[in-house]
Amino acid sequence: MRSRSGDDSAHDKKGVIVGRIKQTFAQLKQRGETALIPFVTAGDPNLQTTEDIIDAIIAAGADIIELGMPFSDPMADGPTIQAASERALAAGTTLVDVLALVARLRTRTQVPIVLMGYYNPIFSYGAQLFAQHAKQAGVDGLLLVDLPPEEQLELSSFLENQKIHLITLLAPTTSEQRTKELLSAARGFVYYVSMTGVTGTAKVDSEAIEVRVKNLRKQSPVPVAVGFGITSAADAGAIARFSDAVVVGSALVNIIKQHAESPSLLEEVHTFVHDLKQGVLDATNNR
Amino acid sequence: MYEYPDQRGHFGQFGGRYVAETLMPALLELEQAYREAQAEPKFQQEFDYYLNNYVGRPSPMYYAERLTQSLGGAKIYLKREDLNHTGAHKVNNTVGQVLLARRMGKKKVIAETGAGQHGVATATVAARFGLECDVFMGTEDIRRQSLNVFRMKLLGARVHGVTSGTATLKDAMNDALRYWVTNVSDTFYIIGTVAGPHPYPQMVRDFQSVIGREARAQMLKIEGKLPDVAVACIGGGSNAMGMFFPFINDKQVRLIGVEAAGLGLDTDKHAASISAGRVGVLHGNKTYLLQNDDGQIDHAHSISAGLDYPGVGPEHALLHEIKRAEYCAVSDDEALDAFKKLTQLEGIIPALESAHAIAQVIKLAPTMRSEQTIAVCLSGRGDKDMHTVAEAFDVTL
Repeated sequence: MRSRSGDDSAHDKKGVIVGRIKQTFAQLKQRGETALIPFVTAGDPNLQTTEDIIDAIIAAGADIIELGMPFSDPMADGPTIQAASERALAAGTTLVDVLALVARLRTRTQVPIVLMGYYNPIFSYGAQLFAQHAKQAGVDGLLLVDLPPEEQLELSSFLENQKIHLITLLAPTTSEQRTKELLSAARGFVYYVSMTGVTGTAKVDSEAIEVRVKNLRKQSPVPVAVGFGITSAADAGAIARFSDAVVVGSALVNIIKQHAESPSLLEEVHTFVHDLKQGVLDATNNR
Repeated sequence: MYEYPDQRGHFGQFGGRYVAETLMPALLELEQAYREAQAEPKFQQEFDYYLNNYVGRPSPMYYAERLTQSLGGAKIYLKREDLNHTGAHKVNNTVGQVLLARRMGKKKVIAETGAGQHGVATATVAARFGLECDVFMGTEDIRRQSLNVFRMKLLGARVHGVTSGTATLKDAMNDALRYWVTNVSDTFYIIGTVAGPHPYPQMVRDFQSVIGREARAQMLKIEGKLPDVAVACIGGGSNAMGMFFPFINDKQVRLIGVEAAGLGLDTDKHAASISAGRVGVLHGNKTYLLQNDDGQIDHAHSISAGLDYPGVGPEHALLHEIKRAEYCAVSDDEALDAFKKLTQLEGIIPALESAHAIAQVIKLAPTMRSEQTIAVCLSGRGDKDMHTVAEAFDVTL
């Protein structure tokens, strides 16, 4: 039987697993591990390469994939992901392409896929239609930087119908009262933005955020992921000690940019993500 | 009764607060501070003091006699925002926001700018009140408006060249938002137009409404009646919103907003978001945008850097939807003709932005009767545009 919330690990009528995010975190918890969530921009440098990169990332131990939907005006991103977005758009990547990419990946992996980006391409696509197509493709979650809870109503009901999680973002500036309110509605996992700023421009200070993240985990009904400023296996390990998931974006996008033309691209990506995973595992084994 | 925005900053389906979580608390704080300031007579008195003694208000409502005679129709009045300190309407808003920033204890202000007028107006008030000032400006606009860049630097501002995207106003706004997200605790973002997340569209409209309030009273005094038509140019739409707002409940007054048609609405080189765009979300608000089928924002084009923006304030989107205001577009060439005409007939050199409004008046006035009146907002003066105009007329300076 499918539960009402739908975010458990039951099977739906077609026998497809639902609630991949919840299932993944449950398995990690059993093993006492923190999740590693690498981010790549879909279509950077082109869609076929992104597909190969994601295969390499999964083989290297990624637990969840965060897939960037390119946007012309990525206001919350630093230069690295801005440039990745520009490269992807220059390569002709559309939202339809991104969903098709997810559908192809779904034929061979059950790793949860969370789409990350900005609201306008989805609004332009049509919220209801997008939710349907995203579900069909096998998307598990959606993280929209510029759609705070105050504006989510126009999209969230469609996503709920399709059992796609709209991931809640929390920032260092989010007040205690607001944190409480946002957590009460959180689904899938919450994403704690580790610093006030844009992606990829400063290094995270793990000591400074430890107290806050620990506090969030106490209150949160779902796992707490931490992102922004995590660039190395050592960073990932430091954050993994006290979080449920570690997101690495710009550093990986930089590796892709550096080796985009090289035959060793997939190897470089694999090595980098494998090292990150090792950093996370080492840290959590010592927890 | 027209009562917008609602409590959550929506103008019907438009407006809102589509921003990163990091900024939400800052916007809620700003909204609160603005509400408190509005409720305090002292704040309004202070604002009025600086408008009168620093900006030089009220600005005249000037009867453009020779322009009127040459067109042979409605009487044309110019609301002379070009005579304000710093040469445009922008300073009305920066005075208001800097007073609010000071009230909130912020020591740093930032701004985005296209033509440089808002950047200059921000740098000016920052100098006056001793605040640090950083201005974000596309490198393409820095090239077109080098004089304003120099002015801002003289005033003590740091000007950050923005190279991403199209290197114009929208990209400057992206970078200003990025800077704000990074420095939100001590920085006040002075947005220059009636766009952006709530409460900016409302707040900027309120500060700019001094234009329409004066215009309304002046027309009543001079002509003994309201104007038949009020006209203003629209990029983001702050001078237009300031001009229109006090007339919104005067249903007999036609309100006409003039967008930039650039090389033509049938080309991909224009900036007419309402006339040729569709609804979307950018820079914190839902409004009409120039965008492709995939929801990616298109490049805007206008000969006027101040109109070169692919969006429009959400309240204009609403006024269009409820048909309270009409929106049309005039081309670069029509604006240049109007620029020349006003210069030669009235001895007033308009900003290229304002020349768009004049161009529409030139089309409209001959279709009206001589006892009818048009009040047009002459939002700024054209000194800053000498290079662009010379280039357009093939003159080497």
